[in-house]
Amino acid sequence: MGSTSSTLLKIPNVEELMQETGFSSAHIIRLYDRFKALDKEGRGHLCPHDFGAIKELAMNPIGDRIIGAFFSPGQETVDFNNFVKILAHFRPVDKDRPRDPNSPEPINSRSNKLKFAFQLYDQDKDGKISRDELLKVLRDMLGMQVTEEQLESIADRTIQEADLDRDDAISFEEFRKSLEKVNIDHKMSIRFLR
Amino acid sequence: MEGVWDVAFVLFQVWLSIVVGLIVLPAMFGVSLGFTDIYIKVLVKILEWATLRIQRGQKEQPTLPSQSANGIIEKDDGSMAEEIGELRRSHPKNLAGGDFTLCDVFYFCKKGIENIVEDQVTQRFTSEELASWNLLTRTNNNFRYISVRLTIIWGLGVFIRYCILMPLRITLAAIGLSWLVIGTTLVGLLPNSNAKNWLSDLVHITCYRICARGLSATIRYHNKENRPKKGGICVANHTSPIDIVILANDGCYAMVGQVHGGLMGVIQRSMVRSCPHVWFERSEMKDRHAVAKRLKDHIADKTKLPILIFPEGTCINNTSVMMFKKGSFEIGGTIYPVAIKYDPQFGDAFWNSAKYNMVSYLLRMMTSWAIVCNVWYLPPMTLQDGEDAVHFANRVKSAIANQGGLVDLSWDGGLKREKVKESYKEEQQKMYSSMIVGSDCHEASVGPA
Repeated sequence: MGSTSSTLLKIPNVEELMQETGFSSAHIIRLYDRFKALDKEGRGHLCPHDFGAIKELAMNPIGDRIIGAFFSPGQETVDFNNFVKILAHFRPVDKDRPRDPNSPEPINSRSNKLKFAFQLYDQDKDGKISRDELLKVLRDMLGMQVTEEQLESIADRTIQEADLDRDDAISFEEFRKSLEKVNIDHKMSIRFLR
Repeated sequence: MEGVWDVAFVLFQVWLSIVVGLIVLPAMFGVSLGFTDIYIKVLVKILEWATLRIQRGQKEQPTLPSQSANGIIEKDDGSMAEEIGELRRSHPKNLAGGDFTLCDVFYFCKKGIENIVEDQVTQRFTSEELASWNLLTRTNNNFRYISVRLTIIWGLGVFIRYCILMPLRITLAAIGLSWLVIGTTLVGLLPNSNAKNWLSDLVHITCYRICARGLSATIRYHNKENRPKKGGICVANHTSPIDIVILANDGCYAMVGQVHGGLMGVIQRSMVRSCPHVWFERSEMKDRHAVAKRLKDHIADKTKLPILIFPEGTCINNTSVMMFKKGSFEIGGTIYPVAIKYDPQFGDAFWNSAKYNMVSYLLRMMTSWAIVCNVWYLPPMTLQDGEDAVHFANRVKSAIANQGGLVDLSWDGGLKREKVKESYKEEQQKMYSSMIVGSDCHEASVGPA
């Protein structure tokens, strides 16, 4: 007969993981089961191919970018702890936790959620969304449904609206400012049912 | 030494006669001696007791996660347009700028992450999780050690299932299948006549009844007045090869399938001697027109038994119904839909063909508590004027899903093995672009020339 504590024991540094990510032990176990289900060959880590097997993700226009967010540059595998740390970005913001000024900002803070989304645009990680990068994202999301000219005009207008320092790119601060009224907590959070 | 063999032989004879006398013969006549009913009642009581003990145990340790059959994360049910609309509401929109906003990516991002944590399709190809443990090791997920009594009952259960029930069931299955082969071969020797058909039906039904006893199957048939008639096509949701035994206990069907080698091949060849079934060679299966023609010819002959088809094409885990392949619905004829729902408390009937081969699957079936299921016969349906096969297939699928309490999905069961087609992604892109460029086009036509 299995037991939850034995599952938790299989995970290295699980206490640290729970501290850092804020997931409860129940959620960690849920995610561990999911991780094992995705890791069909039981290698103990996931590669992009395993994510690609999720049918609904395969039809998501930016599915490949989301998968890419799980892998550090140059890495071809992601282990369970890093898998959970990335998913921790989508934990609902803890409104009642007192902000301890000495502890590092929690992974699921509003700012970190925005950074995650920013990363999806800023693939070369230079801190700015260039016109080219914006065009690439638009092409991913719209596919063959629009012409090159339409894409360019959309990209130009978007940069015009958001780019405050006129450097023809959108920095993280400009990105944040442009979206300050959006309810990030609701739109970039996933709630566990139990 | 001689003495030991004699004793063993006598014991074996006694065993065999008990089995035949108390199980096989009543089964053949469709008479129930009530053993299975009593067994199920006792089982239900024990499982209820076990559930209460586990719940009590869980209350004492509130950190245990409880299973939820509805999935593990909350999902927003809004459509793409609604969700993105909500995202943009707070963002001052400049319509002349083309309807794209930076926050649109949040919608796709969240959907993607939701699917990484839990998706609709992969979970259908693994066994359903139970809300409360049914004392089988195989369904034990996160159920902790609770008490000595529970462990003892579990141990007793293991003993009963493996040492008493399993040999009994294997014996019954062996008897049933040999009876099928011998019986149908004998009937096949007779000239074609009404008597032959009647005998053939008898042989088939008695064999399936014995096999059903071999699985301790309790089947409840509802709406028997809608039972499939000759010249029709019976269509059902597919969970396991046992579905055939379940349905054939209450009626005779013509089976459809590929020709196999080995034991299956022997069974197939002998079955077809007593009454016509439709067995295809592997090469014939690829030619859709040839397949359709053979099926059409079969149902055109009103003396032949109704065909049994599983349009999903693969085994699904009995929580949902996946896309019905339109091939069976293009043949014409009356469709008799049937919904089959297994009760997972007593044994998980789903055949996960990626994980288990046929033999290990059957052994698992024979070491479960029992197979309890409900079969609903739905009123016959036919292709309506102006309806195409796909629409008809979906209509039948919804009726079956509705009756059986299953989720109606439009995903193709074949995705178990294949990759998602590009067209799915294109659809998403189309939907999104209509929100963005739709207004742009309008602009272009209305603006100054």
